[in-house]
Amino acid sequence: MRGLPPAGLPCPVWAVVFCAVLAALACTAPAFADSRTPWPAVALLAVLYLGCELVRICPLPGKRVPEGIGSFFPVLLAAVFLLPPAAAALVALPGGFAQAVVRRPAGVRRVWHAAQQALAAGAAGWTFGLLGGAAPPGSAPVPFAELPHFPYALLPAVAAAAAFCCVLTGLDAGVLAAAERRPLRTAWRGPLGRSLAPHCVHGLAGLMMAVLWRSPYGLPAALLVLLPMYISCWVFARYHRERAAHQATIRALVQAVELKDRYTRGHGERVGQASAMIARELGMDGDRLEVVRIAGILHDVGKLGVPTRLLRKDGPLTPQERRIIELHPEYGHEMVRGIGFLGEARSAILHHHERVDGSGYPYGLTGEQIPVPARVVAVADAFDAMTSTRSYSRARPVPVALAELERCAGAHFDPVMVRALVEAIGRDGWHPVVTADEDELQVIPAGPAPGRAAAPAAAAPDPGGPALSGLPAQGARTRVRTAEPPKGPEPDGGGGT
Amino acid sequence: MRGAVAPAAVVWGVRGAAVLLTLAGLGHTLWNGLVEPGTALAFGALIACGELARRDTRDARHARGPRDARAGDPRDPWGTRDPAAAAPGAADDRQPAPLASAGALAYALLGPDAAEPTHHGVLQIVTVVVAAALAGIVPHIARGRAPAADHLARRVLTVAFAAVCFQPLYNSGRLEDGIGQGPYLVLFLLLLLGLTALCDAVLAAALARARTGWPYGPLLRDELRAQLGIGSAICATGVVMALGVAVAGLWALPVFCPPLLLTQLSFHRITAIRTTYRQTITSLARATEIAGYTRPGHSRRVAALSCAVGRELGLSERELTVLEYAALMHDIGQLSLVDPVRAGATAGLPAAEARRIAALGGEVARQTGVPAEVAVIVERQADPYREQPVLARIVRAVNAYEDLLGGPRHPGGPLAALEQLRLGTGRDYQPEVVECLARVLARGGRDRVVPVPPG
Repeated sequence: MRGLPPAGLPCPVWAVVFCAVLAALACTAPAFADSRTPWPAVALLAVLYLGCELVRICPLPGKRVPEGIGSFFPVLLAAVFLLPPAAAALVALPGGFAQAVVRRPAGVRRVWHAAQQALAAGAAGWTFGLLGGAAPPGSAPVPFAELPHFPYALLPAVAAAAAFCCVLTGLDAGVLAAAERRPLRTAWRGPLGRSLAPHCVHGLAGLMMAVLWRSPYGLPAALLVLLPMYISCWVFARYHRERAAHQATIRALVQAVELKDRYTRGHGERVGQASAMIARELGMDGDRLEVVRIAGILHDVGKLGVPTRLLRKDGPLTPQERRIIELHPEYGHEMVRGIGFLGEARSAILHHHERVDGSGYPYGLTGEQIPVPARVVAVADAFDAMTSTRSYSRARPVPVALAELERCAGAHFDPVMVRALVEAIGRDGWHPVVTADEDELQVIPAGPAPGRAAAPAAAAPDPGGPALSGLPAQGARTRVRTAEPPKGPEPDGGGGT
Repeated sequence: MRGAVAPAAVVWGVRGAAVLLTLAGLGHTLWNGLVEPGTALAFGALIACGELARRDTRDARHARGPRDARAGDPRDPWGTRDPAAAAPGAADDRQPAPLASAGALAYALLGPDAAEPTHHGVLQIVTVVVAAALAGIVPHIARGRAPAADHLARRVLTVAFAAVCFQPLYNSGRLEDGIGQGPYLVLFLLLLLGLTALCDAVLAAALARARTGWPYGPLLRDELRAQLGIGSAICATGVVMALGVAVAGLWALPVFCPPLLLTQLSFHRITAIRTTYRQTITSLARATEIAGYTRPGHSRRVAALSCAVGRELGLSERELTVLEYAALMHDIGQLSLVDPVRAGATAGLPAAEARRIAALGGEVARQTGVPAEVAVIVERQADPYREQPVLARIVRAVNAYEDLLGGPRHPGGPLAALEQLRLGTGRDYQPEVVECLARVLARGGRDRVVPVPPG
């Protein structure tokens, strides 16, 4: 359903849409020619499908619109099982037109949805008939075709649902391939795998609906099938809403930090993003990846416990002030102690200022003693600190920052993490999350590894000096294997971390 | 506690009735043997599967650590509610095994099987439902997570009710004569299940009242509301399964399982994300404490006491959730201050300053994805009570009580603090809320007000 790109449809997209509409017309035409088309049933099912789609668009009384419900196909699939293919394709049209369209151009999208669903319904009906689901056309009694008995009916029903799903995702993939010149195969496989199972569930519900409709209990019993399906979709949508609310809360935690320390706007989000890139490169996935991402976002949350005056102070900090700021990992750990799902990633918040050589804080852990998430977040934090503007330094180009990280690998950072970041950025590029008033973010497109490309250039600049001033974790402790300390304001003051 | 004896009697009455019914069913079935064993086996398997798929919310809490388990103790007498334990996960709590419930209802309402008449009676239905449920529960017990017995007792009673209403009519043939096998039968079944759901809600509310001691009215309202959601899905599935079996035979059972299973899965995930959400909000609330703006544990104490007062005032569960979030976040605005308020006590501030801080807090709360009402409450917490939303009045009074109680300037203890609030009832605090607070405090004592931190 999300097939079409935002705006300004290119020519191939028009061509695909046009072909789909023509095919849909050809698919529905036989229904008008056939004198045995059960028009009352077609109208009833079409209205029912339209109603289901409208219920999804209109807000329930006193509730918000259930978003993200996905499409609601049991009615359409019931039509596939009850009617000839052409008539089933006809049923799909009004509901397809009425489907919620978020992005513009809305008109084309509606036509596209209608054509797409008509084609899918036609294909499903044809599959169903081919596998013996429907009685041969010659003997089909009006208004409904005879349904086969259980359990034999399951095979054509599931096959029809699978065909429906294949055509839908295939058409989506086609239009995506036309719009973004993506290879058709990759555009098709992902969505197909994800949506096959839900479509089969819808297919079973549609079969149940068709069976009950044909039984003496008739329409009321068939309508009852829709209630559990609808509630299932609704609960699923609510889950998504709750998840979004949770994400917003995590962002609010970070924004509370940014309220105190204006220079770090967007820092948390970007560190989370970079941490996720590293984690993915290291082969983490699913929940673990998500946890590392959130740990990256939240790594500086302990700054909420540091007096605002210190965070906003311009100019050098006294050793005592520095010690207070260096408490922030422990404050942060204390705050997120209660968030159960973070698990091991809580250690990332406590230890993200540790260094591999043991010169970091709060505990001065070395090498393998530092938990893996903490090592990931440390690299991501340093990377973002260098590539964004701070009170004490301007943003540096991404390749220079990566070269700097590689130089400090082994002393400050775990070389494995640094390499992972360099490779991830080399492959996917760096597209930082853009926040409202951020104007100097650097976007690096995917391409040859920038770290490598920049290596000769990065080897040249003066060691230490300004090149280092953006690194985090440059506390009062001795710096190992780096040149003389930077002049000017100490980085750890305003927002070095 | 009002009527402390009656609720216990209710619990034992419900359990006793369920046990008696089960024994009667067992005796009858053993004496006469199973009628149509194939059908009974199929439905039994469905119910057992539904029970197997259940995942009690209490499991999750146990898994997270003993502290949480204590916090979620349902026997906590009067709703000092740990913020992360009770309220809205309840959808999952109420119907932990929707598929098993639906299967049991379908067996109770089963007329013909693939157009062949069936002859199982009420007592056999009870036997099959109990036996299958027990079979499904055994693995849970083996893992040390025995589900609450009350759910099972409730299910036995509601299923018996539905069966008593339907089976004699069907078996005697009077249903066939009166309504026939057509659309009217569907309407009749729906009506019957509506009645059953009503009974279930009444029973559940009575049991909850006995367990918690919370007022009956709001509990019943919450139960009825829950019946509209997952309850209606269960009832509809029950009817569809019964009719589907009547038309297509036992194959209809597996075909119509997935929607309810998916719903159940979504509920589990909702419960999980809600727990996390609460924990995150609590962390956010703790930020003010760590930053030194408020005393340690202040926001959690205010939240717990606010919820107790709200419970006493008869708020619904949704309102309680909103109240809890708002109470947790009520001091969040202080994060925007450059220097902390002395001892964090906003109650002692000049009104204009307190309102400014409240407005800042509303700004932060708006960003957190909580319902919009929460931000409004946080924003209006410092207004005179006549201009406030009801929930904000509770937060204001409880917060003031907490500030007065803990502040170094007020060594007088709870009574002196309450006296101070009563003096302010002309303008700042709603008299009813203050009196309710006094009642809650008188009943529980201060030590009960401190909840265990979640997680």
